[in-house]
Amino acid sequence: MALKILLVITHNGQSIDDQVHNAVTACLQLDVNYHAMVLGHDCQSVIDEARKMKGLQKLFFLEHVSLEFGLAEPSAESISQFISDYDYILFPSNTTSKNILPRLAALQNISPITDVCEIVDKDDRIFKRPIYAGNIIETVQSEQDINILSIRSASFTKTPISSEANVDIEHISPDLSSIQSKHLGCEITKLDRPDLVGAKVVVSGGRGLGSVESFQLIYDFADCLDAAVGASRAAVDAGFVSNDYQVGQTGKIIAPDVYYAIGISGAIQHMAGMKDSRIIIAINKDADAPIFKSCDYGLVADLFDVVPKLVKHLKK
Amino acid sequence: MKVLVPLKRVIDYNVVVQIDSSQKNVVTDHVKMSINPFDEIALEEAVRLHESGVIDEVVVVSVGSELSQEQLRQGLAMGAHRAILISCDDAVANDPLSVAKILSTLVTRDDYDFVLMGKQAIDNDCNQTGQMLAGLLKWPQATFASKISFSTDEISVSREVDGGLDNISCQLPAVVTVDLRLNDPRYISLPNIMMAKSKPLQVESLDDLKLNLTPCLKRISLEFPQPRTSGEIFTDFDLFVKKLDEEEVWR
Repeated sequence: MALKILLVITHNGQSIDDQVHNAVTACLQLDVNYHAMVLGHDCQSVIDEARKMKGLQKLFFLEHVSLEFGLAEPSAESISQFISDYDYILFPSNTTSKNILPRLAALQNISPITDVCEIVDKDDRIFKRPIYAGNIIETVQSEQDINILSIRSASFTKTPISSEANVDIEHISPDLSSIQSKHLGCEITKLDRPDLVGAKVVVSGGRGLGSVESFQLIYDFADCLDAAVGASRAAVDAGFVSNDYQVGQTGKIIAPDVYYAIGISGAIQHMAGMKDSRIIIAINKDADAPIFKSCDYGLVADLFDVVPKLVKHLKK
Repeated sequence: MKVLVPLKRVIDYNVVVQIDSSQKNVVTDHVKMSINPFDEIALEEAVRLHESGVIDEVVVVSVGSELSQEQLRQGLAMGAHRAILISCDDAVANDPLSVAKILSTLVTRDDYDFVLMGKQAIDNDCNQTGQMLAGLLKWPQATFASKISFSTDEISVSREVDGGLDNISCQLPAVVTVDLRLNDPRYISLPNIMMAKSKPLQVESLDDLKLNLTPCLKRISLEFPQPRTSGEIFTDFDLFVKKLDEEEVWR
């Protein structure tokens, strides 16, 4: 039996969030086509991009001025009016969906399954998801008729968009009069460097750096690679950097294409935050450091000796 | 103003988690348990807000087994005024929707103005309960807070989102979930631990709240992910760089 699927497309007002393309792959694992939904205000470029998604049958554009910033209250309320038409509602897993999805689920009395890393059985509704920061994989079965999932992008490939638009758009102005929540201001502050979450390349430093001043080596190296900067908990606890840089179980959990672990021993709490990176490169003077057991390329050397040489090499 | 801070008892973040022989649960016997680190940050913020005169009373609540009294006592030692344990089985305690319903019932019954909680528990990593609670209460929500400031019945929150910070403000009552950067929780002193023993800790059942909850997700099994295998380890810098050049990993 064909499944009825709705994909909620998250975006930044200009373009579709990268993780949506991974969620499309999950939709296509569930069935050959699906519906999708964009919530926003005055975001034509997002609509143009969304129309080209592979397998898309129908696109809803819910337009309302209070949907402009992806706020949870109006977004959850808007989507909830569509839920009963579908077997599956999918979101990409990112901070936008994490904000909206659980609220939506609660409004509909549904237990969602977030961060799905594998669809085991779409008819018996069996899914896998990481718990304990990815140190354990849990298999869960849902007893609900309607299921709300978020899709972990590191576990699904991206489905590229097609060259031409395949679908028409149904334009809807949702009724948001019941929303009591009031938001008074909203602005995105861009950080100076590539964001740790979502960066293609990340350079992280650990306790081995030894001081705040020495951590500059990490910034220099990251600049050569246009990379985001991270740190181990040990480096944060030692005061080398603030804790927004922390990669690990209690910090950020990331999966870049390339991860450089410099002066990081590879404590379990750190590995939990980066072990899904495509390539892990480690530099540490201790040949017995656990990081060398799970990296793709390792260099046993004094980081103060080799990192400046790497910077020089890359600047060539 | 009265704030509710939920605390979850979880395996300490430094513990290497093991799966038990049933393949359905993690091993918790003789394992160090702690307050979920994000909840601890929420509590620290609540206590600071009390110390600065914004909040009158800080109440901690835990949903789970009797063992959670240990974490509630820690919460009291950190500065909470009283504690509530909603006693229930693990299946309910680990189901975000059930916990949100319990908290929603409690908030409505006891008339809280504000709920401050961790953005997620480090065991199930769901990141759901706060948003669900806000939805059930029809309250505004501000998730992943790295900065909170108060003015008259309004709060401004800097939220940690992909790509930067999102600054919002909303009316109270509201649910705020906190991220790692918000603060560094204090260490608990011995006198405070002693003092916490005499603070009130009330135990209630789901029957007391007139709730009958059955989680809709069933855990089938637990497994370890495929381990990464060790790659090529170099001791010579030039060979290392040559390899990375060849594999084009710089690109």
